Amino acid sequence: MKRFEWVDAKSAQEAVKLTDSSAADLMGGKNTSAGSVIKAGGIDLLDLLKERVLPATRLVNVRTIASLHKVSVDGESGDVTIGPLMTLSELAQHKTIQERYTALSDAAAHIATPNIRNAATIGGNLLQRPRCWYFRSSEFNCLKKGGNTCPAIHGENKYHAVFDNEICPIAHPSTTAVALVALGASLELTSKQGVREVVLEEFFVGPDKDVLRENVLSSGELISAIRLPNKSCKSAHIKMGEKDSFDWSTGDCAVAIQVKDITISSASIILGAAAPTPWRAKQAEDFLVGKTMSESTAHEAAKLALAKAKPLSQNEYKVAMLEVAIKRALLKTSGLNR
Amino acid sequence: MAGKDDEYERKQSRDISRRRFLKGAGLTALSMANLSEAQAAKEASAAIRGPGATAVTLRVNNAVHNLQVEPCETLAETLRTQLGMTGTKVSCDRGTCSACTVWLDGATMCACMTLTVDVQDRAVTTIEGLAQDGKLHPVQEAFIEKDATMCGFCTPGMVMSCAALLARNSSPTLDDVREATCGNFCRCGTYPKVFAATLAAAGKGVK
Repeated sequence: MKRFEWVDAKSAQEAVKLTDSSAADLMGGKNTSAGSVIKAGGIDLLDLLKERVLPATRLVNVRTIASLHKVSVDGESGDVTIGPLMTLSELAQHKTIQERYTALSDAAAHIATPNIRNAATIGGNLLQRPRCWYFRSSEFNCLKKGGNTCPAIHGENKYHAVFDNEICPIAHPSTTAVALVALGASLELTSKQGVREVVLEEFFVGPDKDVLRENVLSSGELISAIRLPNKSCKSAHIKMGEKDSFDWSTGDCAVAIQVKDITISSASIILGAAAPTPWRAKQAEDFLVGKTMSESTAHEAAKLALAKAKPLSQNEYKVAMLEVAIKRALLKTSGLNR
Repeated sequence: MAGKDDEYERKQSRDISRRRFLKGAGLTALSMANLSEAQAAKEASAAIRGPGATAVTLRVNNAVHNLQVEPCETLAETLRTQLGMTGTKVSCDRGTCSACTVWLDGATMCACMTLTVDVQDRAVTTIEGLAQDGKLHPVQEAFIEKDATMCGFCTPGMVMSCAALLARNSSPTLDDVREATCGNFCRCGTYPKVFAATLAAAGKGVK
């Protein structure tokens, strides 16, 4: 790692005052006079620093800000607020999250290894940079780092996107983001200018909006809260990977279903590692409304969800994998899983 | 090779701080008084530290060490180079293999993905701290009994993961052991014996 300065921030307000940049700014070659970035669990940050692809000169540590490290339930609305510093293992074991937002605890429980889950935070998980090996290698100046070409489109693209993959086919890496979008989460963002709320689904943006970044976070802005609406639904998250012990997602799916009597009244189906952003399977959602869940209904919905996929030269397997993930997630929410 | 110069620069300053450490090693206090000093420093207003060496107080295996570390130094580096605790192994240096597993306040973490300045008031337990009063931890004994090592490089991390499991669950199932060690890579493939050793240690009533 190159050397850097270190500051322990005492509050969110102090942290944003000390921060002038973000990993996306610095890696995209923008704003070269800046260099201070926020550090929470530090897992993705240290990886980028060790690979020498993130030229940060100062880490603003927010890990010890206690007010950002808790889960609270609003007494009136029942809405849940998750502090961005909650670690993935804390979320996986949290009773309220397990009972009301199963997709999120499912997703958190299957990220990386126990050691990583003990250190990594939910805020950092949402903001981790994509896993594309060209992007992560200092040897390649790809589009996402301000270069002129994407080596993945005609190169080694086994783990890349099957939707929205014409410009920069990164596969969205955060499985908790997939669960949170399905559950209708929004974010509270704090910057020097103040506080704003953004619906999580609109927070993530594709390469057509800005290839250098995966979200609308501004320079020096901090996720200060994650909000989940109090909505009665059944949810599940299923992740596929190459190894059983632990692995990156090669295709994952979160579903949140509301059922009246035995009829599905609303369905949210979000795919991960499928597109540069958490990918909503709108056609499958519309198809499910008014139906009763069964193995064949789930199968048909899964087929519809992948109907418009456009795999690259090496990732056609993902289509079948994502179909299975959707089917399993749907059957799990209905208690029909084997 | 990118960044050879700053690597060299870092090595120079690390050599200086190592020398400074050796000179001052006799002064390393083993009292808890230093912790309250660290607490007071922490409560002071935000101060920018580094990129050169900065003072930290580290509590490792119940001993307090006052050290000089650069903010970019990992806990694995500090343990191995400054404190001579080479039981913590570095293999992937990216948090993938868990060979460097230590406990921070009892929770398993990768020392290679933890910056030493970020340890702060958390208690560090390393493989060197598992044995008590000259007696090996039951997991260590069971590893020897069940022949759960081959080359041995993953063993300290593996033992730390298994001992942490038994500390929170004194009668784990095979699946619990698998889950607790799912991040620990063993390229010799000692997994079945690791599982057997951990279950055997649990059978002895490990707390």
